[in-house]
Amino acid sequence: MNVIEKNIIMEVQDLKKHFDISKGFIKKVNSKVRAVDGLNFQVYKGETLGIVGESGCGKSTTGQLMLGLLDATEGHIYFQDRDLAEMTQEELRLARRDLQVIFQDPYSSLNPRMTVEELIGEPLIVHGIAKGEELKKQVLDLMNLVGLQKHQMTRFPHEFSGGQRQRIGIARALALKPKVIVCDEAVSALDVSIQAQILNLLKKLQKELDLTYIFIAHGLPAVRHISDRIGVMYLGKMVEMADRDEIFHHPLHPYTHALLDSVPIPDPRLRKEHLLIEGEIPSPTNPPSGCAFHPRCPFATEHCKKVTPEYREILPEHYVACHYPLVDENTDVLPHSSDKA
Amino acid sequence: MAGLIIVVTVVLIAILAPVLAPHDPAQTNVVDRLLPPFWLGGTMEFPLGTDNLGRDILSRIIFGSRISLLVGISAVLLAGAIGMALGLIAGYYGKFWDFLIMRTVDSLLAIPNILFMLIILAVMGPSLITLILVLGGTSWVVYARMVRSETLSVKERDYVRSARAIGAKNGRIIRKYILPNVISSFIVIATLNVATTIILEASLSFLGLGIQSPDVSWGLMLSDGREYIATSWWVATFPGIAITITVLGVIFLGDWLRDVLDPKIKE
Repeated sequence: MNVIEKNIIMEVQDLKKHFDISKGFIKKVNSKVRAVDGLNFQVYKGETLGIVGESGCGKSTTGQLMLGLLDATEGHIYFQDRDLAEMTQEELRLARRDLQVIFQDPYSSLNPRMTVEELIGEPLIVHGIAKGEELKKQVLDLMNLVGLQKHQMTRFPHEFSGGQRQRIGIARALALKPKVIVCDEAVSALDVSIQAQILNLLKKLQKELDLTYIFIAHGLPAVRHISDRIGVMYLGKMVEMADRDEIFHHPLHPYTHALLDSVPIPDPRLRKEHLLIEGEIPSPTNPPSGCAFHPRCPFATEHCKKVTPEYREILPEHYVACHYPLVDENTDVLPHSSDKA
Repeated sequence: MAGLIIVVTVVLIAILAPVLAPHDPAQTNVVDRLLPPFWLGGTMEFPLGTDNLGRDILSRIIFGSRISLLVGISAVLLAGAIGMALGLIAGYYGKFWDFLIMRTVDSLLAIPNILFMLIILAVMGPSLITLILVLGGTSWVVYARMVRSETLSVKERDYVRSARAIGAKNGRIIRKYILPNVISSFIVIATLNVATTIILEASLSFLGLGIQSPDVSWGLMLSDGREYIATSWWVATFPGIAITITVLGVIFLGDWLRDVLDPKIKE
């Protein structure tokens, strides 16, 4: 989607979130989990930004930070040019009208003690938007929008299947007519056939309601269908971000490359040499020196062990944090930002 | 359902005591003292026999239900309300409030309950109201602990995060999300505690600082009958049975209520 005007709706600057680990009863801070360790990116209005990475890479934390559900340790998150960190509790509460979330697990994200009507109507009550007949009408409209039936209004979440529950979750997120929705692995708990339904629903809603999605997922295939741009995270850092097709066809970071190679290809004749990554994702408590990916990287050198690579725009709109990006020899790489100075 | 039937019956008996009881529960009759129940040679005039002062045991059980239920239920309601509120605050807000409330709970738990109650009753003088206040004021710690730990687990669930995400205020989150999801365990504990409280009331009455004659409670009857247990077992046994049936009924009721309150079990 190159046609979108690049209107920045959200901007993340040097975002960090460290969780303290304390042991013993003196509550001394022993170590820190660097869940998010310096993120910089922008979200354009109307786009879907996919964020992928392995478990523990900080992608969900990023989502929660962007919703203001967690306080950042350092850095800024601007939503429509206002810093979330500088908002008061009450301002943040009101900003929630524009920033919504769809959770991963539709089984745990709906209050089991509320009916569908209460669940979907609640945001409207909380913000004093509608009540009585008007509330009921709006709830019905929302149910209609996400493909739920009128007679299901008085039912409890446990009476629904996973896909239907996720529709309830979506209706609840849409009730406030938000501008940005963070989809935190919104379909990964669902069956593959249902995933497609929900993804199509999300796409349809995006067109109709002019939504911006931040789509957090585990692997690249999950976001391919829906994303305009994709960011790949590794150990709390963004290692690569570019247009969807660019990421899929010309990955520049060895990690992205390996992630793409890890996707099973159904046709055995098309299988090729794999760029395998070995070992486990290191602990974010004690990340490796230099480039966090170096212990698993097939191209790592001494330089990678010592110096943290800068996250920079190597090709237009293609950001990578790697000393040796996988570019063709005849491609013109944008100059290093420090070279400019 | 059995629990509901038993509890409703006991409540009806308590309300209709003056109509149902064949005798004045306080009326002594030295001639007819320690009469056995009718099937052991007693008369139908005193169907469950009489105690050491010749008072009709059946009438005393019927009237005793009033105080036993009143004390049991009001003390639990009082304790439950305090414990629920403090447990929710400690669990939800954490930090300073959690520290303050939970250390208070720990300190109270370190004091032997009966001793604590005896001191207060001795100072304030035994009466129905002080008895309820003392029983309620000491047993809330159990609820506070339970509600706090449940709150800690519930507040981490995604649906509470979703409430925060839609901009719900703390009060609403507690009321609509936390409370309904901790209440089922709370009800089970509370009903069990109605039982414990009825028994505690009996112990305090037994020690002379609970219900005072001519008022009558099942606990008081139990302690009155203790001296005669070897010769006239019925004096202590029948109030004991009354306690057992009521307590069982209350427990069944608690189980039933928990199922009714859980939307997942509802048809």
